[in-house]
Amino acid sequence: MTGTTSLGWWGVALAVCAGAIRGGTPFLFVSLGECLTEKSGKINLGLEGTLLMGAMSGYAVSYKSGSPWLGVLVAGFAGMALGLVHAWLCQRPKVNDIAVGIAMIIFGSGLAFYLGKPFIQPSAPQLPAIQLGWWCNVPQVKAALKISPLFFVGVALAFGMNWFFKSTRWGLQIRAVGDYPAAARAMGISTVRVRTCSIMAGSFFAGVGGAYLSLFYPGAWTEMISSGQGLMAVALVIFAAWNPVRCLWASMLFGGAQSIGAALQGIGISSNYYLWNASPYILTLLVMIITCSPKQTLAGAPGALGTNL
Amino acid sequence: MEEVEVTQTAPAGVLPAKQTAGFSFFANWRSTLEVIVMPVAAVIVALILFGIFCLLQKVNPIGVYQAIYKAAFGSWYSFQNTLIRAAPLMLAALCTALPARMGLIVIGNEGALVIGGVGATAVGLAVQAMQQNPAPMLVLASMALAGMFFGGLWIMAVGALRYFRGVNETICSLLMNYIAIAILNHLVNGPMKDPSSLNKPSSFPISDDNMMQCIGSSSVHWGLVYGIVACVIAWILIEHTTFGFKVRTIGGNIRAARIAGISVGKLTLITCFLAGASAGVAGMVEVAAVHGRANESLNAFYGYSSILVAFVARQNALATIFVATLFGGILASGGILQRSFHLPDATIMVFQGLVFLVILFSDSLYGKIGIFRERKG
Repeated sequence: MTGTTSLGWWGVALAVCAGAIRGGTPFLFVSLGECLTEKSGKINLGLEGTLLMGAMSGYAVSYKSGSPWLGVLVAGFAGMALGLVHAWLCQRPKVNDIAVGIAMIIFGSGLAFYLGKPFIQPSAPQLPAIQLGWWCNVPQVKAALKISPLFFVGVALAFGMNWFFKSTRWGLQIRAVGDYPAAARAMGISTVRVRTCSIMAGSFFAGVGGAYLSLFYPGAWTEMISSGQGLMAVALVIFAAWNPVRCLWASMLFGGAQSIGAALQGIGISSNYYLWNASPYILTLLVMIITCSPKQTLAGAPGALGTNL
Repeated sequence: MEEVEVTQTAPAGVLPAKQTAGFSFFANWRSTLEVIVMPVAAVIVALILFGIFCLLQKVNPIGVYQAIYKAAFGSWYSFQNTLIRAAPLMLAALCTALPARMGLIVIGNEGALVIGGVGATAVGLAVQAMQQNPAPMLVLASMALAGMFFGGLWIMAVGALRYFRGVNETICSLLMNYIAIAILNHLVNGPMKDPSSLNKPSSFPISDDNMMQCIGSSSVHWGLVYGIVACVIAWILIEHTTFGFKVRTIGGNIRAARIAGISVGKLTLITCFLAGASAGVAGMVEVAAVHGRANESLNAFYGYSSILVAFVARQNALATIFVATLFGGILASGGILQRSFHLPDATIMVFQGLVFLVILFSDSLYGKIGIFRERKG
């Protein structure tokens, strides 16, 4: 901690930047998952449960098998399984997808806490980090540039999804289903299949985001591991105007906001620590207040978002 | 009756909220029966699914059911425990149930409860400090008013953002839960901190004389009466007043309500205030009857459970009383499951999640089952 004080306010800036990458990655995965889901016209509020399930199963598999990458994969599939439940239930007539999301938060996190009880104590092998700080001697910079390969996967995914929506046949189909399901059906697209696949793929990403939490940063499985990243995904996607690349910037902003409290504490400013911890939520709320309007739907929002067929 | 028809056939925003006014009980007995039978059946199905889950974990489900029943309703002692937990559930559930009738899904129960509890504590401490020996009634009354005021404003802000800015009320109230918990942590670790509370930062305590008393010789505090009274008032308000009729009309078809000249904005704000006030009182009850001070115990248990209670009760305030008692019992049995079956405390969460999912599934079956369909003519 003495090193941080010697850097002074630069230390704060550095810690926030490091937090943007390190703490922003789970935001990135869940927001990309939510973006994919919402593009198809459904909202998945239950990604918090999916995230916790991913964190738990990834950690458990890494502990049992010794391979953290296998853990990441299993976390994705565990998320996918929850996604299937959500997809099936929220497409039934008269069932509201937001309400299903709330139920899935309770169910998913309950299941994760239940099954994860035996894994709170033992330590599982962690994901390796890429050291980009070899050129610098300052330990803080070195620590800040220890970046998980999953971050780069996420960045690639963001740009890939952007291309996917714009230039591929499947991307067009998903957008058609999300914007105007009747037209999509007239084109011979099965809206149910497209939405189910989108929700499941989105939940896969959220599961991977959970594995990042337990296998890289903070890097242990506890019941307090998620600080609402899954819940904020929905707000993040609104902030990012349903654009995957903007999800990347938004996630890093939120990751940075999340680390302000700890960074200020590092240089000895610990007053209002708890309020600073709430800054991502306050930021989200402010963004929503500014971007929303009662008169028109938001720019970029899928036309049939949240509707039943 | 014609206007009631409008609300029933219109595409409901949230749930197909069936209007179960008392006078139509005999006229539409089949759909009334449906509204009662479906949630009961859903809970039974969830119990069966939970039993399968227990079997997979190699625990005898029958034993678990018996243990839950014993711990929740088996004796007068355990039933008192259940009622103590049911009281805040009733109050907090109204926070979801009332706005739901106008088509808003508000899940800020936890936030309103926490803010109400902190506000009530602050005012209670202030009253204690101002007078030498304040009458306990005065302290409790000012605490209850403070709880209503702060909790009400908290959810009213959600309603205002929804109405004036079009901010999604579900996500907004969810975010505000986290902000409320941050405010609680800030206050009990800073301005309101009692230096003697070391391992669990808390506010200064409400003195024992000013705590909420128990009803008669039982160990159930008066919060239960608060809960039942609030539910009954809410039920009368929604089902039997012009105000409630307007609220239900907005829930049924907001455009029709506008055309009919109903001031949607004003009603949204009032309904949200009442909803938040109710959850705020829940927080006040928790402080004044259970914890005696504000600390992080305030945000335990009741937030998500009360959302579930509102949905299982199908947003009907009267049904909330019974459903809250049921779920109060389930919360009360958490400890037993841990001690006798070595099931982690999250077991209750899994069960609640299952109930919630099955309840939502049952929504898609309304009107599909033959015996519940109204015969024409």
